[in-house]
Amino acid sequence: MSERRTVTALEDVSFSVPSGGFVSLLGPSGCGKSTLLRVVADLIAPSEGRTSVLGSTPAEARKARALGFVFQDAALLPWRTALANVELPLEVGGRRTLAPGAATPRELLALVGLAGWENSYPHELSGGMRQRVSIARALVGGPPLLLMDEPFGALDEITRDRLNAELRRIWAETGTTILFVTHSVYEAVFLAEQVLVLSANPGRVAALENIQLPRDRDLSVRDTADFVAIAARLRGHLGSVH
Amino acid sequence: MSAVADRAIAPPSREAGIKAAEDAYRAEQSRARMRRRLLPAVGIAALIGVWAALVYVLKVPTFVAPSPQLVVVTLVAKFNILMANLLPTAIEAVSGFLLGNLTAIVIATAFVHKKSLEQAFFPVVVLINSIPVVAKAPILVLLFGNGMEPKIAIAALVCFFPTLVNMVRGLESVNPQSLELMKVLSASKTEIFFKLRLLNSVPYLFSALKIAASTAVIGAIVGEWIGSTTGIGALIIQSTYNFDSAMLYATVIVGSAFSVTFFLTITLIERLVIRWQPLTST
Repeated sequence: MSERRTVTALEDVSFSVPSGGFVSLLGPSGCGKSTLLRVVADLIAPSEGRTSVLGSTPAEARKARALGFVFQDAALLPWRTALANVELPLEVGGRRTLAPGAATPRELLALVGLAGWENSYPHELSGGMRQRVSIARALVGGPPLLLMDEPFGALDEITRDRLNAELRRIWAETGTTILFVTHSVYEAVFLAEQVLVLSANPGRVAALENIQLPRDRDLSVRDTADFVAIAARLRGHLGSVH
Repeated sequence: MSAVADRAIAPPSREAGIKAAEDAYRAEQSRARMRRRLLPAVGIAALIGVWAALVYVLKVPTFVAPSPQLVVVTLVAKFNILMANLLPTAIEAVSGFLLGNLTAIVIATAFVHKKSLEQAFFPVVVLINSIPVVAKAPILVLLFGNGMEPKIAIAALVCFFPTLVNMVRGLESVNPQSLELMKVLSASKTEIFFKLRLLNSVPYLFSALKIAASTAVIGAIVGEWIGSTTGIGALIIQSTYNFDSAMLYATVIVGSAFSVTFFLTITLIERLVIRWQPLTST
């Protein structure tokens, strides 16, 4: 039997996410960024400290469906079609009906670019398409806060770039607040309005960077001098950790 | 002059070439398909041929082994007797199959819901399973008498274990992120069970059911050996004691034909039920 050890994943982490903002949590593996996200989603209870999600506790926010979660592996149910997967949030956790005017699952699939794929099973979709379905599922009911745990980490670079651009568009169209965990500096800078750099063992806030890039950006922004300078600065923060 | 002619002819000949290649590919495919279907039949025919030749050449007496022709004659002549004896065996096997698997599914559900139940009773199940069927059978005959009940009980017992083990695995081996998703959605335990665990276990269940389909028939036949006057098992014992080898072989053929049909039925149901493929996580 292996000896059980308790690990302090996070210590003295304090930050707030502005409403309607897009914040990337950037850090090396094991810095506790996924743990942090799970504390916000009420999947893990912190041993100390206070988390306030939209003015209430994480548990209340979860019960009120104020947050959507996108997992690293799309976590689709293989026996459900794309549409049925997006409809899942309406079938569990008590009777849920969409508020009048809220986007229907079909409309959300169209929003993530999957119109026409409603009746496909997950095994018939590519990795990128599965992740699109899972984003549509997280958007059901229009949650004010979207938590994303390295959603594009397992995808190839080309697909990842395309989904990064689409996520910016979805964020602009839905107006939801996004907290996005990643270990890619480029992804963090391109996506977010603010990047929070976490250091490892235990996780602490190493830096907070406001990204001064045009709000309307496409992938070419990554070749600009501003972008390169910001990325270099963030990499410096990551380097100073060791 | 010749170059001009070549250029004029080239495009149609290329299309024709593609068409010819496609036709050749299709012909090759259908030949391969034919071969796949034909070869097993050739194998079986060869086996029967060798059997017939051996019985003929070595002049094997009928009470030791029959010729294939004699078995066919017996199958036709004794068809009514064979079917009359297949019926009770089929009823016992199917009832045992239903009873054993249903119990296994219910107990697996209880195990998954209450870990302490599994820890307490799983060793008991393993212990009972480790007793050979031929040793369990007499005990059940003493308990349930000489009717169909002990045979159903034996068939149920042999089905029970593989289904229980597979079902527990299927209910528990849920993608951890799917489980987290359910928690984020505030799903109740019942919802998680019906919308996630139960469906996740269906492929596992069917792989167990396919094993159970053949073992249930074996269980019923073994049960009939211990004490019965009707059924495939009883007929096997009777024809052995009577040195009626042709009847013995005919009975065995009927028994295994039923077993194969049962297995194929389950396979067919599986194909109708499972339309999805389990995802391997990236």
